[in-house]
Amino acid sequence: MSELPPFLLFFAAALLSAFTRGLPRQLILVATPVVAGLYLWQGISPGTDLAYSVMGYELQILRADKLSLLFGYLFCIASFFGAIYALHVKDTKQHIAGMTYAGSALGAVFSGDLITLFIFWELLAISSVFLIWARGTERALKAGMRYLVYQVLSGVLLLAGALVFYNQTGTLEFNHIGLEAGVAGWLIFIAFGIKCAFPFLHTWLTDGYPEATVTGTVFLSAFTTKVAVYSLARGFAGEEILVYIGVTMACFPIFYAVIENDLRRVLAYSLINQVGFMVTGVGIGTALALNGAVAHAFSDVIFKGLLFMSMGAVLYRVGNINGSDLGGLYKSMPKTTALCVIGALSISAFPLFSGFVSKSMVMTALMQENHGYFWLLMLFASAGVFHHAGIKIPYFAFFHHDSGIRTQEAPTNMLVAMSVAAFLCLFIGMQPQYLYALLPWEVDYWPYDVTHVLAQTQLLFFSALAFVWLNKQGLYPPELHSVNLDAEWFYRRLIPAGTHRTVNFLARAKASVVTTVTNQIQGAQAQFDKSPLAKYHLSESWPTGSMVFWISMILAFLLLDIFSLGLLA
Amino acid sequence: MSDEKEKIHIFDRQENVDRLLKGFYAICILLVVLDLILHRHIGFVWEKLPAFYAIYGFVACVLLVVIAKKMRNVLMRGEDYYDE
Repeated sequence: MSELPPFLLFFAAALLSAFTRGLPRQLILVATPVVAGLYLWQGISPGTDLAYSVMGYELQILRADKLSLLFGYLFCIASFFGAIYALHVKDTKQHIAGMTYAGSALGAVFSGDLITLFIFWELLAISSVFLIWARGTERALKAGMRYLVYQVLSGVLLLAGALVFYNQTGTLEFNHIGLEAGVAGWLIFIAFGIKCAFPFLHTWLTDGYPEATVTGTVFLSAFTTKVAVYSLARGFAGEEILVYIGVTMACFPIFYAVIENDLRRVLAYSLINQVGFMVTGVGIGTALALNGAVAHAFSDVIFKGLLFMSMGAVLYRVGNINGSDLGGLYKSMPKTTALCVIGALSISAFPLFSGFVSKSMVMTALMQENHGYFWLLMLFASAGVFHHAGIKIPYFAFFHHDSGIRTQEAPTNMLVAMSVAAFLCLFIGMQPQYLYALLPWEVDYWPYDVTHVLAQTQLLFFSALAFVWLNKQGLYPPELHSVNLDAEWFYRRLIPAGTHRTVNFLARAKASVVTTVTNQIQGAQAQFDKSPLAKYHLSESWPTGSMVFWISMILAFLLLDIFSLGLLA
Repeated sequence: MSDEKEKIHIFDRQENVDRLLKGFYAICILLVVLDLILHRHIGFVWEKLPAFYAIYGFVACVLLVVIAKKMRNVLMRGEDYYDE
């Protein structure tokens, strides 16, 4: 049995990348995920664990089972194509942050107890924010700050929940927790919920991810939310409330995605929509649904990574990622276009692409559990995904009208990274048995039958037909330079504006009090000046020196008086 | 001509766009026809409706876009709304 927790490989790589430059560093960055992946595959089998003790607490830094291993493989794959994509980057802090972030994600999914989980939970937050700050813009700096506040808050809730849980149960082991664990359960649930981008807790994602660097967003999209999905699957499988939350997450972001102009923000909304499918799967809690949830996390990291990479390549070459300013880029970036289309077909769950083989498991599970209305809503969300991520992203970036922008094809390293992801999208879609073999629960499921393929193809083609029809009728909303209000309005506008108003109000109140009092005093003075007493100037014109003189005279007199009294007595 | 250098790309020709759309419409029709011929398993009652998925997909997307457009009236602000 192996004794080395896999996250150490990434932390070592982070350290080494601080001291190396050029080719050696590039080799380290690409080799680390490969070595870690092979090590997980060959060196760690389900059932491996490694404990350590701190201050009398028995903590488990490595607990491997099929669930954690699946996410372990996934994170190695994501950091592999993420590292290739970022090979041209010279900025050392981004490489350190990327490797630490990937390592923390691995650490988190292999944590056997809540304290170890908490440590990696916070490391995820701290390492990832540098990928936003590294953009170097004023906006990125502020968005990163807001992102960090949310992430740290999530960590604090997790720690509080862990301590209450320990108090109640006497154990810190991270297994099924459930909401029946009371306060502890809810604290941990909300901590997971923040990282999972539950509705109203989601704005750190749509705010932060589009402001990150070109390469940073690829890393960001892979780890944080998927660690949260893993944690929910382990701690809260079968909680019915998750079905409601998941369906909401799948539905509301697609409306925003349709009217959003920043194409990386469109992808951020669609990320929440995809996580919604996973959360729903976890909430249903049957073996098929849970398998569907984690399988969809697996496909999502790869196709969402591919889409973020293709949009990142556009941003890198053109310097702009607003749908309103792009168009016609297929002429100068044909390879990026083709790779983006593969990602778009995968996220839309076309048969033969990866989204199809994983999302259909969640849909089938909803049907098996007879959740008719939820199923209809999720079908709506499926059509909506195709509409905003499947068509809108490639259409407005690469086709549409010719924006006149002529640029170069994406750099080779980016094309290689995107090709790796595109290959995996197709491979998983066409040969799903390999992914299914890795799934933690025993289920006999096969997605390719006449019903599924026909139903899904119809749904997607007629969604596309709606797009064509709306465009021909001129009903499709144009891309506009704009910001759409979301839950962040409460803390970015309402609270600051409220505070501003309160401060203003207090300032005005103070000013009016001061004016009133001054006026009263002046009025009294004026009254006094009119009175006969005003003739007697009192001390008005006396020099200060004379006052000092008279005071010392009085004091001297008192002194003499006291002495004389003493002498007499 | 000033843009001699600029190659004519595939979708610069209207006939190519038309060809693509015609192929697309043909597939849509084919899918509906297939729905009438092939047997689908039925999980929920509403699935019994012929071409249920086609109708649902079309209606869902039109609704999505119409509602999203309406949302703009309430939610849309200038690009530097938060920077002011």
